[in-house]
Amino acid sequence: MTVVQLMFYVLGFIVLASALFVAASKNLVRSIFMFFITLFALAGLYVLALADFVAITQVVIYVGGILVLILFAFMLSGKETLNAMQQQKSQFMSINKVAALLLAGLFFIVLLNMGLKMGADNLAWIKKSISLNNNISVTDVVTNNIGINLMTRYLLPFEALSILLMMALVGAAHLSRKEQRQ
Amino acid sequence: MISLTDFLIVSAGLFSLGLFMIVSKRNAIQILIGIELMLNAAILNLVAFGKYDRLNNGGQIFALFAIVLAAATTAVALAIILNVYRRYKTIDPAKVDKLRD
Repeated sequence: MTVVQLMFYVLGFIVLASALFVAASKNLVRSIFMFFITLFALAGLYVLALADFVAITQVVIYVGGILVLILFAFMLSGKETLNAMQQQKSQFMSINKVAALLLAGLFFIVLLNMGLKMGADNLAWIKKSISLNNNISVTDVVTNNIGINLMTRYLLPFEALSILLMMALVGAAHLSRKEQRQ
Repeated sequence: MISLTDFLIVSAGLFSLGLFMIVSKRNAIQILIGIELMLNAAILNLVAFGKYDRLNNGGQIFALFAIVLAAATTAVALAIILNVYRRYKTIDPAKVDKLRD
């Protein structure tokens, strides 16, 4: 087992364990901070998949932006949330949880079965890409290529995304404004 | 190198955990975190398969697009959650059941 594989297994374990803690924890603040660890370990996994630019973007946008936004919303909706979380002990909740567990477990079984049976490393296009030397090797610099592709080949999705971002900005500002008069 | 199957297994686990959070939690913020987990599972798969596309970088670029879309979604969702909290004084989605007061 090489060092890279060992790092992958450690990071994968951290991702799954912290995500499990996020899902199981009753304390919202703790689960938000464990989500932080999940996102960081996922950035590590992206680095191991040789996508360093995506990893940096993950750290900047997810950890720097989304997590701070979630914390902000939690603090603005404060005490009621915590009170609501405390009373999760009635019988109805456990039935609800069993159903959710069943659904998630069945989904996991299906996805696992698919992933194991598919033989992802032996797919035709992956073999072709390896034989054409089209796979990213450790010494490659990919970021330049991403920039060029973003401005040429993927220009249309990029512009569509910019329009959607502007709509989201206007929508969020409109939703969170103070109501003047009814 | 790391095989693609390992990436698929990790992302299957993440996806199922996110699904479990979405179905079982009674708090809008935790449901949002579940959605983020599922999106991250998808992004992990995109990045893992994007390793075999050096010329066009399809996987990595669409992973970037997905991250940016997740940011936009979160901003709008949190604005909606804050509005719901202001009106109903709760963010339990099961209790938000009035269309107009």
